[in-house]
Order: sequence, then structure tokens, then C-alpha cells
Amino acid sequence: MLYLQILINGVLLGGLYSCIAVGFSLVWGVLNIINLLHGSLMILGAYAAFFAHAAWGIHPFLFAPVAGLLLFLVGLALQAGIVNRVMGAPVLITLTLTFGLNLMLDNAMIVAFKADYRKVILDPPLGLLELGNLLVPLDRLYVMALALLLVAGLYAVLRFTSVGRAIVAVRMDRDAAALMGVEVKRIYALTFAAGAFMAGAAGSLMSVIFPISPLTSNAFLGKAFVICVLGGLGSTPGVMIGGILLGVLESFGTLWLGPDFSTTIAFVLLLALLVFRPSGLMGRKGFE
Amino acid sequence: MNRAFAFRAIGLAALVALAALPWMADNYVVRVATTMLMYCALALSWNFIGGFTGYPSFATAAFFGLGAYVGGVLQNMGLFLGLAWLAAGLVVVVFAAVTGRAILHLKGHYFAIASLVIADVLREIINGLTSITGGGMGLNLTAPAMGVEAQSRLFYFSMAVVAAVALATTVWLDRSRLGFGLRCIEQNEDAAIRIGVGTARLKTIAFALSSVFVGIVGAIYASWTVYIDPSEAFDILISVKPIVMTLLGGAGSVLGPIYGAFLFLLLEETVWRNFLHVHSGVLGLLVVLLILFMPRGLLGAGSRLRVATWLRPERAAKRRAGS
Repeated sequence: MLYLQILINGVLLGGLYSCIAVGFSLVWGVLNIINLLHGSLMILGAYAAFFAHAAWGIHPFLFAPVAGLLLFLVGLALQAGIVNRVMGAPVLITLTLTFGLNLMLDNAMIVAFKADYRKVILDPPLGLLELGNLLVPLDRLYVMALALLLVAGLYAVLRFTSVGRAIVAVRMDRDAAALMGVEVKRIYALTFAAGAFMAGAAGSLMSVIFPISPLTSNAFLGKAFVICVLGGLGSTPGVMIGGILLGVLESFGTLWLGPDFSTTIAFVLLLALLVFRPSGLMGRKGFE
Repeated sequence: MNRAFAFRAIGLAALVALAALPWMADNYVVRVATTMLMYCALALSWNFIGGFTGYPSFATAAFFGLGAYVGGVLQNMGLFLGLAWLAAGLVVVVFAAVTGRAILHLKGHYFAIASLVIADVLREIINGLTSITGGGMGLNLTAPAMGVEAQSRLFYFSMAVVAAVALATTVWLDRSRLGFGLRCIEQNEDAAIRIGVGTARLKTIAFALSSVFVGIVGAIYASWTVYIDPSEAFDILISVKPIVMTLLGGAGSVLGPIYGAFLFLLLEETVWRNFLHVHSGVLGLLVVLLILFMPRGLLGAGSRLRVATWLRPERAAKRRAGS
């Protein structure tokens, strides 16, 4: 019974994790850039939701698309203005660039919002769902459902819209896509912005269940890494499964080894996977 | 007077100045100079794997922290200072050779992440070994039994020796067969394999080379500051700063990392000491500007400031294609 409860906790967490990682994975897959800003963009979305809730009482669940749109614009500006200038450069260059940008954003957030932890307190609280002996916190349940809905939305956009097909085409073969009339730089900007959208929306959802602070952004970035390697790059279903897997692993890790070691497990797992199976558990040279 | 002679004269003068410095300058200057020598050693070390070989390693913090803890624990067990530092270097180089074997088959982003994560794993392990390392409380070291001035001289010259050996290794590597092999890997690893370069062995050697001086420097740093804790010793900035310095000076060159370390420290001491609240933000800005306008560093080919390119990317691209 205990194990079942832990499993439920993990799956609930995993939905949100998938939503965080899917944008990161998209940017990595299409732009071949590891966006170290991703965690901070998410925290920025969470702050937007926090202030919208504090000032106008807007529910963070409703605010998620708005936070996403705000971050979409931020992402568009970042990619079009800065990151597009180093596309195709060696990994070291792109990675160091996003690291520098991340330092600036983190620092700006600490100055603007202070480092102390904040949280959206819902009034009235959503309460618990009791299934026999099992407890399901409703706020987490809704967060998971909405997060997975967002992931499904992104999947649908990639799959069924012309912009989505163009993004996938660029991922498969940039040069061929350019020859077919796809404006590659524009697609890069849109893809980065879409990744930022997912981060912002995920941040808005997160504000209901986790404390918000600029200091936590790197922890979420680390999780996004692990999920991408777990699920393999370039497949949305892979990221979904990777996210849920990480949530479950962390829950059991907390149970067996204590809360201090739950992130260590993720990192050890990451190293082991990189050494033995760098293409991920279900990786393929993929496209939707 | 030709240029080579002038260059040597300047170098010699700099050496004399460095040797005389602890007797001429006040404590603050000696401390800054010690830090500069430490940065030189770190940047030169990263250059072996990141510059010569072209592998984006973020493992410097792992080597530094491990060296600091091995050295610190051994020193507290009563081992003679210098021996503790060398032992730290030895442990770190073995560690690097083993992990290098495991992760150097990865390429690009995957290698970067794997090397980045090593520091996180080590940090958590050291956090957990509370009985030996003090865990999150940190580890206190006993200062050597000598006067304050003598201490600062000891650490200054120790850092200087490590930096000098790292530089000598770089000069040697630059002309050696091994260095040539590493440069082949940097340019095109597949082609290097074709012409018979033993890439796996060479990469492991480069990775180990990039670790040994960092480990020793970490141990000296621990003795110098008398206190270390996991989050400081394995700070990711320790991995990033040497990269920035090397890029600043010119990756893969012999003296580039030294110029870069000097310039970086100059900026650190003059600019963002005055902006405590935005310290990391200003560092971030420096990184972004460096990458956008001077990606090959001061010594790199075609390193003119690329402001014109920034303003008119299309025209610059056309010019490049035309020429």
C-alpha cells in the first residue's frame, strides 16, 4: 500500500517534469543547443503567476497560457537577437553563451524578487481525494493533468500545423528544409520561443505546488537534462515517459535514502545512462 | 632590437617582478597575485582538453573540489603539507583517467553534460560522508605553524610552481607528437582515427593532464583558505571561469590562457568588486559579449572585434563567402 502511494506521488510529480523537459528537449533537438536558461525561464513564469495571483487574484492554472505567451516573447527576442548569431558554432560556444545569459537572468531575478522562497497559497485549498487508504492531493492531480495537456498540445502543433511540420523538417535536415523554402532562422526563433512558452506555462503550474525562488532554477534544469537522456532526444512521448519515470524514481529514492539523496540518484542515473546508453532508453533519430 | 628579443626581455622582467613581489608589495597584492597564479594554472589545465583537444569539459570543478578534500583530509591526518598536495594531485589524476575512459567516447553536448555532472555527484558524496569530510558543515584545516607573512609567501610560491609546471607542460605539449595528435582530434576526430591516431588513449591522457594541476591547486587552495565546504569547492563557476579565461586569451594557444587569466582577474578586481549585488550578472554579460564579439580570443586568428559583423551580419557573411 505504501509503495502504491509512493508510486502515485511519483507519477503526479512526473507530469509536471515532462512539461518542463519537453521544451528543453525541443530546443536541444532542433537547434542543437543546450538551453541553460530553461530553468530560469520557468522560474520567471512562476513569478509572473505569483504576482498575477497576488495582484489580481488570477488562478495560476488560468494564467499558465498567459505566462507561456510572455515567455514566448522573451524567447523570441533572445533567439532572434542573440542566440541566432552563434548557430552552428561548436558546443562550447553555444553552451557558454547560454550559461552567461543564465547568469544575467538569475542575477536580475535575485535583485528584482529577492532570493527568499514564495508560494502561491490557493484560497480555498483544493484538498485531498481519498481512494481507500490512498491519498491524492488534488492540486497536484490538476497540475499533472494540465501539464500533460500542454505536452499533448505541443505534440499536436508539431504534428498537425505547417509551422510544426517546418520545425520537424529543420530537425531532420536543416539544409534540405532550407532548400524546400523553410526560413531556417525564423524556425529557430519560433522553436526557441516555443520552448520558452512551455517553460513559462510549466512555471505557472509549478507555482501552486512548489516554492518559488531564483535559487531553485538549476535544480529544475538538472531534471530536464536527466529526462532528456532518459527518454532520448527528439521524441515527445519519450520525454513524457522519461518525466514520469524520473518522478517515480525520485519518490522511491526519497523513501529509501532520504530526501537529501533524491537528486543524487537522478545524477548518478544520468551518468550511468550517458556511459552505457547515450541514446536514451528509447532514443531514436526521431521526429514526430 | 628585434621582436623576439623584446619579448624575452619583457618575459624575464615579468619573472623577476613575480619573484620579488612578496617582499615588495602589501598583503592584498600578494593575495591577488596568488589568485592570479591559481587562475593561470586552472586555465592552462583546461586548455589541454578544451583547447588542444577541443572537448568541452566542465569537469574542472570536480577535480578542484576532489583535490581540495583529499588534500584537506590528509593534512588534517597530520601529513606534511607538500606531500598532502602531491597526494591530492595523484588521487585526482587517477580519478580523471578512470572517469575519462568512461565518458570520453561521448561527443558534444553529451560529453559536456557528463563532465558537468561529475562535480554534482562528487559534491553529494562528500556531503554524505559527514564523518570524514564534515559534510555540509565544511572542513576546517589547521594553518601551518609559521608567521602570516611566511604563510602568504609559501602559498604564493606554491601556486607559482604549479602554474610554472603547467606552463612548461603546455610548451612541451605544443611541440610534441602527443600535442599534434590532440590537435588532429580537435580538427577532425574521424580523420584522426583514419590516419592512425590512437584517439581513445590520447584523449584520456589529455583529460588526465587537465586534472592533475587542478587537483594540486585545489589542495593548496584548501590549505590557504583554511576552510572548505562542498558547495564552494565544487562550485560550477570553478568550471566556467577557466573556460572564459582561455577563450578570452585564445583557446589552443600556449600563452593565451595566461593572458586570459590576467585579464579576467583584472576585470574581477576592478569592475565587479564594485558591483557586489550584480557580481554574477556582470560576469554573465562579459561571457555573452566575449562569445558574440571575440569568440577566438585575443590570440586567435581573425580576432578583430566583430562589432561590424554584429551590426550587419548579412553583409559580413557575403564578404566571407566572397573572399
